[in-house]
Amino acid sequence: MMKKTNWFTTILLLLGSLVILFPLYLTVSIALKNPKELADSVFSLPVGLHFENFSKAIQATNFFSAFKNSAYITIVAVVFTILTNSMVAYVIARNMNKNKFFKFLYYYFISALFVPFPIIMLPIVKQTSALGMNNPTGLAFLYIVYGIAFNIFIYVGYIRSIPTALEEAAIVDGCNTWTAFWKIIFPLMAPINATIAILTCLWAWNDFMLPLIILNDPKHTTLPLAQYVFQSEFGTNYNLAFASYLMALSPMIIVYVFAQKWIINGVTQGAVK
Amino acid sequence: MNVVSLNEKDVVIKRVKKRRIDWIIYLMTIPAVILFASFHTFPVLKGIYYSFTNWDGLSQEYSFVGLKNYINLIGDKNVWNSYIFTFKFAITSTIIVNIISLLLAIGLNSKIKFKNFLRAVYFLPNVLSILIIGFIFNYIFSYAVPSIGEKLGIEILKSNILGNPKLAWIGVVIVAVWQACALNTVLYISGLQTVPDELYEAASLDGASKFQEFWHVTFPVIAPFFTINMVLAMKNFLMVFDHVMSLTSGGPGRATESISLLIYRSGFAGGEFAYQSANSVIYFIFIIIISIIQIRFLQKRELDM
Repeated sequence: MMKKTNWFTTILLLLGSLVILFPLYLTVSIALKNPKELADSVFSLPVGLHFENFSKAIQATNFFSAFKNSAYITIVAVVFTILTNSMVAYVIARNMNKNKFFKFLYYYFISALFVPFPIIMLPIVKQTSALGMNNPTGLAFLYIVYGIAFNIFIYVGYIRSIPTALEEAAIVDGCNTWTAFWKIIFPLMAPINATIAILTCLWAWNDFMLPLIILNDPKHTTLPLAQYVFQSEFGTNYNLAFASYLMALSPMIIVYVFAQKWIINGVTQGAVK
Repeated sequence: MNVVSLNEKDVVIKRVKKRRIDWIIYLMTIPAVILFASFHTFPVLKGIYYSFTNWDGLSQEYSFVGLKNYINLIGDKNVWNSYIFTFKFAITSTIIVNIISLLLAIGLNSKIKFKNFLRAVYFLPNVLSILIIGFIFNYIFSYAVPSIGEKLGIEILKSNILGNPKLAWIGVVIVAVWQACALNTVLYISGLQTVPDELYEAASLDGASKFQEFWHVTFPVIAPFFTINMVLAMKNFLMVFDHVMSLTSGGPGRATESISLLIYRSGFAGGEFAYQSANSVIYFIFIIIISIIQIRFLQKRELDM
């Protein structure tokens, strides 16, 4: 049954999308104006294209250093989350029905999902600074460890849908669990690894609370944290502030434009499981 | 060599092999368990432990005070204030987000033009940093909206909503809804795609109205997605922190101070380390109770339908 295009809904949705796009338009246009243009009109298109806002903002917020820190933390968190969490989940998924210990581990990790972060917040700051972990590497480590609770949940559901016949054959051929996992199962997990990678990436890149409490050296600042710290320095120079916001948002927007199907699918998979 | 001893040898080999495999599976999981226990479970227990002391977070010494922190919490105006704000915010936002997301999902799932473009746009807020979005909306509320108000002569829009102690929380709701609809919409879309076309055809043959069709055909099928969305949204909103930090810093006064913000601020800077630990324990208990009630209640509804 071919239905005809619902133009009424299309137009309604197009108008609605302005609610999403308008703040972004405002961000771009304010970032390109100078204070006088902004005072004349908030909404108009920029006339002069003041790119010097960007170079000033780069200096004020030490943009490249913050970008480097955010990228480092995100990449380390994503790579090691996938390598370690998938392995733990694999062992749990394959043994939880025949071994009480792994059944316990499964529920142990899942129950951590109900723990709100503020109860950890105060003690973990003491703990990380005592261990000298108040730096980007320590932060990436926390993302990997905290991710386990949620990732186990998603991974186990997926691994249980992979038939065991393949690994059993490999084990008969002399593989042990370790080699069977890396050679046979891990490659089969590519779709779910993509989902976990996307979710971890969004979390580590955009997170504000953990960097705020863990990092105390200005040279370790991440992008969201830099916006917060330099808020007072922007003062009422909104053109500078918006140039900085735009630069902080754009890496994710660029990735999204190119990988939007993947990202939407990945996030949906993650939540529905 | 006789058959029996061969069999015995076989059994021995099998046993050895089994033991070696066991050893590997523990080696593959135990390090993760130890790390998780020491960076997640241990801090939780430590937080509970501190909640029975009077530690300010800095001094060398502290002593046990029993339930004193918990008793003081009951009479603390700031604590009540943060719970009332957080729950008011979370319940309102959860309801609005779910209504808007469901409508958007129905729209985006129908036969429309520019489908991929529109879906991509509506999902975009999900990938953006809430903190930075908050800063941008902070400007919109304080300058852009009032300038529209001036031009059109609409009194309500002329003042900054975030500066009004009675209305500032609505500003936080608007930003939260703007951002959270993205995720909930795509989840509802994937729910709507599980509704078989035959059901709609049968409903239209029976002469069902659009509303009847939604209520009796669509909704029962997507009920599990409704549960996920309600639980997810509520849980995220109860943790609200970034929104408030960038929009109002908890102000004006303490009008929009969320529970997380209160624990963060007074716990670190206010010398109330132990006291706020007690607060976080109460918060933890609240979250558990709410999660259980929500899941029970919504699952029961799913079965009823």
